Parts: sequence; C-alpha cells; structure tokens
Amino acid sequence: MQNKIYQTFDEAVADVPDGSVFMSPGFGGVGLPRNLLAALNRQGAKNLTGISNNAGTVDAKVDVGTLVAAGQVKKMVCAFTAPTHPSQVTPFVRMYNNNEVDAELVPQGTLAERIRAAASGIGAFYTPASVGTELAAGKEHREINGRMYVLEYPLHADYAFIRAWKADTFGNLQFRLAQRNFNPIMAMAARITIVEVENDIVAAGDLDPDQIHVSGVYVDRLVRIPPPPDGIWD
Amino acid sequence: MAEKPRLSRQAMCDRLAMEFQDGWIVNLGVGMPTLCSNYVDPTKSLVFHSENGVIGYGPLAKPEEVDRHLVNAGGQNVTAVPGMAIVHHADSFALIRKGMLDVTVMGAYEVAENGDFANWRIPPRKGGGIGGAMDLAACAKRVFIALEHATREGKSRLLKRCTLPVTAPGVVKLVATDLGLFAVTPQGFQLREYAPGWTPEEIQELTEARLSIADDLREFRRRDQA
Repeated sequence: MQNKIYQTFDEAVADVPDGSVFMSPGFGGVGLPRNLLAALNRQGAKNLTGISNNAGTVDAKVDVGTLVAAGQVKKMVCAFTAPTHPSQVTPFVRMYNNNEVDAELVPQGTLAERIRAAASGIGAFYTPASVGTELAAGKEHREINGRMYVLEYPLHADYAFIRAWKADTFGNLQFRLAQRNFNPIMAMAARITIVEVENDIVAAGDLDPDQIHVSGVYVDRLVRIPPPPDGIWD
Repeated sequence: MAEKPRLSRQAMCDRLAMEFQDGWIVNLGVGMPTLCSNYVDPTKSLVFHSENGVIGYGPLAKPEEVDRHLVNAGGQNVTAVPGMAIVHHADSFALIRKGMLDVTVMGAYEVAENGDFANWRIPPRKGGGIGGAMDLAACAKRVFIALEHATREGKSRLLKRCTLPVTAPGVVKLVATDLGLFAVTPQGFQLREYAPGWTPEEIQELTEARLSIADDLREFRRRDQA
C-alpha cells in the first residue's frame, strides 16, 4: 500500500503548483493547519486561491493571512472580507481595499455546505440563507413549499490542508472538540488532502473504526507535528 | 435634553436573556450578545450552540480550566458541560438551517420597524463581515437584537427602513437598547419597557421610527426583577 507518511511539512507541500486552489480549516485558531501553511509559505507557490472561514487575523501567528501578505494568494473565498471591529484590520483587508487581492464573500453556512457539496458529489443546492440580501442578487431563486431559496454551487479544491488530533497509517482521522470545525468536510472535498497530526501516527487498525471522523480513503499525506520549536502547536 | 443615565450593555443582554425559556437552544453572536450568558436562571436549562459545531458549552474557562481545543464562536475558551456534543461545520449549520435554534441574539448597526436589520457591511467600505449571521438570521425561530439606541453622532438606529445592506429581511422579534425594550410587531416597534428615568416621549424623540406603546408598559426589568 502507498506510504502516506511524510517526514517534513516541506516535503508534503513540495509539489503544490502555482495557481492551485486550497482549503484551510480552523476556527478561532483551533484546528488550523499552521505547520502546512508555514511550509507552503516557504515553498512560495503563487496565484493561489484560498477557501477558508477568514483570511487571517491580526495576531502574528501563521495562518492564511501569512500567504496573503506574502503575495501568494490572488483570491480568497471566505465569510469575512471586512474587519468586525476597526482595530482588526488584517494584511488581507489592507490588500483587498487596495485591490491587490480578490475575494468572494460567502455566508458561513453556505461556505460549509458548498464544501460539503463538493465532498459529496452534489451538483448544487438551495439554501434560505442570504435571500433578500445583496449577496443573493443575480443568483437563481426558487420558491419551494412557500419559502424562497437561492441556488449555490459546490466549492472544489486541489489541496486541503488539515489539522487532526489522531491518525493511523491508512490516513483515518480523528479530531478533538472544536478542532473539528471545517476539517472533515475540507478533507473530503479536495483532490489531494494533506494532514498535520498532533499525536504519533498509529498502525492501521489501532483506531476504533466506529470513532473515525474522516476515512483514510480521502487522505493522501500525513505529517506528525514535531515538538516545539520545530512544530507550531497553538 | 439633559443627559440621563442609560442602560448598561449587561442590563440590555440580561433583559433579552430573561426571555429564554427552559430547554431552548441558544446562539449568541460575538461581542455584546455573549453577555447574555452572564444571566443565569437556575430554573431554566439552556443549550448554547456555537457555529463551530459545539452544541452545549458552558461558561468561559478560567485560566486553569482552559482546553486549547474548546472555543466558542468568538474564539474564547469555554468549558464543557454534561451533554455537550461536537459536530463539524456543515452539520452545525444544518442544525441552524433546519430551524433548531429557538433564538439567536446578535448585535446590529440598524434595525427597522419591518423587522429588517443590518450588521455586516457599511458602504462605501469594501467587503463585509458576515460570518454566520445570514444563516442564523434567516433560519432561527427568533432573532433578538442588542444595540445602542443611537450612533455616536446621535442618529437613531431604530429606523423606518434600513439604510445599510440588510442581513435578513423581516426577521427581528425583540430589540434591547440602552433606552428600553422594543417588540417588532406588524404595526412596527412597540415600546414595552423604558429605561429608568425616561419617558416614552423622550425615547420617541430619539427614535426615527414611530413607536407604539404597550398596554402593560413598565420600567425596564433588571436582573433582580426577573
């Protein structure tokens, strides 16, 4: 069977070409694949399109905003393109306001469902979110059982960068608490799924099959996060 | 008009939280609405839902209680309560869209008498911060809004029609401001409770929308008057 275990993050992202579409999970800084994003930053791929809940924060930690600030990202698909507070002006917001990066703003539930649609072979779906707002303008609407819905399409990606709690050598994944967030749906939606793992990767069969959050069939590459300072842990 | 004392943000959120009923599933927006969780009624058991798939979290974690894997929608470390469950993001919003939430409490820039509200974009500024607000507003059983009655420039935030891009049309049920409690009815805003020391006429003077007065109008209920 294919060996999915890579020794370094740099090896795991070495082949990501310019122009790739990538997904990055994480919410409130939890379940965010900071090690893989740092490696992608070092690798230097350009003209990337990022799919993520936000486009980085104001703190100095590595996140999607690190790639944006480095000029590696041409477009973000996310649920925040303006700061929620004037003190929260991120590198992305500055660049977006200067037209140095493009963005598509998507309501968070629609973002998640568009990713799940890609992960599950769904061609499109109708959602009530955003109906009656300017974000629904120009989109196909349909009344179903007396309620208005708007048509939304799947979000596909070339790569998903994932942060997991535990993994086995086959690539089966487990997440812990709020770390789960976008991780399972992104891991299942992308063409190539690369995972940074917080615990030693165990032999296939050592994780309870009933407690697997993402089947290893979706997972291509695994890297164990080394102890600090080599690995990024928070 | 002489400056009179206004209600604190905590008092506003306490009052909205008094409306929560036993067994309700509650989603609190980032910022001011999270103050609703500081109001605790031991006779009611609530389930707090967070967009990141945490169903049934407890109070903010003290430093010694922090679990780095457990945060709420604001990224704050929270505690687990018995019965908590975790789902992924798509399932978390499936719960929202299905209409499982009994109430969502949000902040806003503006609320209109037709139940529209705006909280995600201020033109001509580029972009917006939606997060989960559109999904929550369109699908929760009730939308409660906590906001200051007026802008810093003194402009009413309770309007006949929103001037900013709306988050969802016609969904707001109840509004708490620093001047009182307002229900959104088919006839527009109804003043139900006024801040101590304020008359309905004084509140109307600071409100662009026309207010009707509840038959059982009373002073704003505080935490010890629930």
